[in-house]
Amino acid sequence: MAVAYAPGLKVTEETIIHAERRLPLAGEVMVKPGDKVSHDTVVARTFLPGDVKPIGAAGQLGVEPSELPNIMIKKEGDQVKEGEVIGESKGLFGLFTSRIISPADGKIELISNVTGQVIVREPPVPIEITAYVDGIVENIIPHEGVTVKTFATFIQGIFGIGGETNGVLEMVVNDPAEELKKELLKKEHEGKILVGGSLVTMETLEEAVRLGVKGIIVGGIGDQDLKNFLGYDLGVAITGSEEKGITLIITEGFGKMAMARKTFDLLNLRRGNMASMNGATQIRAGVMRPEIIIPIRDKEWVEHKEIESYKGMVVGSTLRIIREPYFGLLVKVTSLPVELTPLETEAKVRIVEVELQDGRKIILPRANVEIIES
Amino acid sequence: MSVDKEKIQSILATDCGSTTTKAILIEKIGDEFRLMVRGEAPTTVEAPVEDVTRGVINAVSEVQELAGRPLLEGEDIIKPQRANGDGVDIYISTSSAGGGLQMMVAGVVKQMTAESAERAALGAGAIVMDVIASNDGRLAHQKTERIRKLRPDMILLSGGTDSGNIRQVVELAEIITAADPKPRLGTGYELPVIFAGNIKARDEVKKRLDEKTALVITDNLRPSLEEENLMPARLEIQDQFLEHVMSHAPGYKTLMLWTDVDIMPTPAAVGYIMERIAKERGIQVVGVDIGGATTDVFSVFQGIFNRTVSANYGMSYSISNVFADSGMDNIMRWVPFDIDEKDLRNRIKNKMIRPTSIPQTLEELMIEQALAREALSLSFLQHKALATGLKGVHRERTIADAFDQTASGDTLVDLMGLNMLIGSGGVLSHAPRRSQSAWMLMDAFLPEGITQLTVDSIFMMPQLGVLAQVHPEAATQVFVKDCLIYLGTCVAPVGPGKDGRQILTGKISLPGGREIEVDLKYGELQVIPLEAGLTANAELNPAKGFDLGEGKGKKIETTLYGGVVGIVLDGRGRQPFTLPKDKEKRIEKLHLWADALNAYPKK
Repeated sequence: MAVAYAPGLKVTEETIIHAERRLPLAGEVMVKPGDKVSHDTVVARTFLPGDVKPIGAAGQLGVEPSELPNIMIKKEGDQVKEGEVIGESKGLFGLFTSRIISPADGKIELISNVTGQVIVREPPVPIEITAYVDGIVENIIPHEGVTVKTFATFIQGIFGIGGETNGVLEMVVNDPAEELKKELLKKEHEGKILVGGSLVTMETLEEAVRLGVKGIIVGGIGDQDLKNFLGYDLGVAITGSEEKGITLIITEGFGKMAMARKTFDLLNLRRGNMASMNGATQIRAGVMRPEIIIPIRDKEWVEHKEIESYKGMVVGSTLRIIREPYFGLLVKVTSLPVELTPLETEAKVRIVEVELQDGRKIILPRANVEIIES
Repeated sequence: MSVDKEKIQSILATDCGSTTTKAILIEKIGDEFRLMVRGEAPTTVEAPVEDVTRGVINAVSEVQELAGRPLLEGEDIIKPQRANGDGVDIYISTSSAGGGLQMMVAGVVKQMTAESAERAALGAGAIVMDVIASNDGRLAHQKTERIRKLRPDMILLSGGTDSGNIRQVVELAEIITAADPKPRLGTGYELPVIFAGNIKARDEVKKRLDEKTALVITDNLRPSLEEENLMPARLEIQDQFLEHVMSHAPGYKTLMLWTDVDIMPTPAAVGYIMERIAKERGIQVVGVDIGGATTDVFSVFQGIFNRTVSANYGMSYSISNVFADSGMDNIMRWVPFDIDEKDLRNRIKNKMIRPTSIPQTLEELMIEQALAREALSLSFLQHKALATGLKGVHRERTIADAFDQTASGDTLVDLMGLNMLIGSGGVLSHAPRRSQSAWMLMDAFLPEGITQLTVDSIFMMPQLGVLAQVHPEAATQVFVKDCLIYLGTCVAPVGPGKDGRQILTGKISLPGGREIEVDLKYGELQVIPLEAGLTANAELNPAKGFDLGEGKGKKIETTLYGGVVGIVLDGRGRQPFTLPKDKEKRIEKLHLWADALNAYPKK
């Protein structure tokens, strides 16, 4: 039987997740293998070098850069306080004294006899990394971080904004085709991750932020609404650092699109559980899709073989169409012809023959479908 | 290289791109080298494989299957070619995997040394993430923060002419030291910093940077205001790229052992082959490679090579940027139907998040090609702004100059002097009809006078660029015979006009003695078929106020080159080129031009 591969997004009821948690710079790991951690447990920390405050000291003191080291009260490596006098020059007959005041707490890093510049470095800034998911510390990456292992439901979205967040999962609509309307949001949704159906608007997102909702998972969003919500037009799909007070994951695409039934049902099954989600998306080399991880407690862990993901497209596979003119429809594969077939555009490509839900058969380029992996 | 050039009979070349590794096999047939087969496989720099050689082996396996003879023995490339025909004589490669070479450059004056440094980095094949200059308007701590945040692969520091003062360039060195920059790929090595500034500042720069970075010092890239000396910095960047950056990317240490010459950054190789071809043929060239994420533009004018990367204009990952920067009206001006803005926005974003999907309907294809025109046009604008003469040069002006109005810092790009336009990248190389590629190139670049239009059939310029370092003749032969697809020649009189006015007359003598009388009206596109490989002699008389290269209203006698599209007489005007403002008229024109070019199937 013909088998083809079409990349798809993972929507898995039970799997083992190995969440890698790394510091941006070398630092200290705070946990040990086998430790049970919660999503907010600090697993590693480090200190980023503090900001620097350059001072045009020679200019301010009215001296040549070469004279600067001799008239500095504080020397390279000395600790200083904000407002402290760190350099001084006397004018004629000791009158008209000019002073250099430290603009911040920190350390004198440089006194330059060429540029006349003094650089004060502020104290290091602590950076902490949390476990992100409830689980067990599996491995230690010396000086860099850990891997946290957890047994969970795992769902990938197609696009998201906002970084990591956690909250209890709650269904707000009854049907995957239903819009997540503003009126459906309530005060008790504060701190939760809400699941909507086919569409979220800017108005709903703003209301969710106002109510303190942590995250929203929904089928689609209009690009115009996204632009209005972000305040700018998103040029490339590299997201995750937005600070809008909420994390958003769309599972299907841009526009009004019913959430895939399987995704919706799975989220419904896990309602009331603590979920971890990350909207970070990167669609270039090293593709990163947004994710929802819902750890499952009190159940025996089963390692599902990854091979299942590479099952590929076969007759009978359910596909999602990812391009006009049938965008968003779910279809079943009826045939996988080998030969290149011309499209309306005259481009000759590999195609797949599928059956729509109303029974009609159509052909699609294989590049325009994806399998919902399980 | 251990193999004698004269004995080379077969060459295997790969280009390890961000997503695909492409392999080609070139063999000597009789007296000339020709492309035999090509294969490709996904690049394997990222997890789970994390070894670039895996993708190379896969691509070479496909080539060996298609070639019908073994090139691999286990996981080794058989070299040199054996008596029974197995294997190849040499193996060479380029790479842009893992996001290519990402650099920051710094210079004292933004328009002078910093701009020269940017040109050097781009010419070496880098993506320039930011240009720091003493006068860029940012405060020192903002610059420090920026350097720290971007984590480039390498920094090029320039500044000061050799006779100038050293204070400002040393200040830049202090800013870099304060940032304590870390390289992008891992924490186990120091960030390479190349200093190519005022030679008198070397000691002071060394004092500040030697401890915290892997500092390398090379010749000043702007020894005087009147002189730009980019080659030493370019070569140093490429050396550092291999030594520091590539050797930390997964699998590259092995790949470097396999290749017979150093691996080149992909765009540097493309630049090299274009520079060579322009020089060999004595022509001026513009080339473009439009990818999913970025668009590279290359040019050789007056013998000077320039390259720019528009890092955020592309046909999939960056397609939303094209829309954001170009705007709805500019995109829709190329499309002969209406579409709601909200709908178009969603379609574009859906392409961005599912970058491998392709247009299935004619409407979708037209929208995609409209976006391509804008992406190309925006990238070309950026190129023109950077491909300039040296700024800050004092010139004695004569009366003639005053009329000519050329000043220092003007763009080198001269569309009237352009001889050949080379397009590559999926949307141009794989358009369903070649006339669509020709049309996109004409609309985006607006060539003036007589310009030959070509597309790179399978984008093998990278491999040919590195081959040119080893065997220039082989590279040229394959470039001319197998790499380029000749679309034809665009003949575009320059001048303003009114619809329907006669702007060009003359005679084109086709092979076989047939003559064609030219009668081109303003606003028209006409196509005269002439096969690839054939030429026609033409005597062309632009109307008063129109120029074909010899001056307004002046006759020219020239040779026109054939191609799969033919000779295209483009009477749509230049300087300005405008489309009708009225929607109905615009759509009518688009249909007429599409018919003339036979660009789309009739519904």
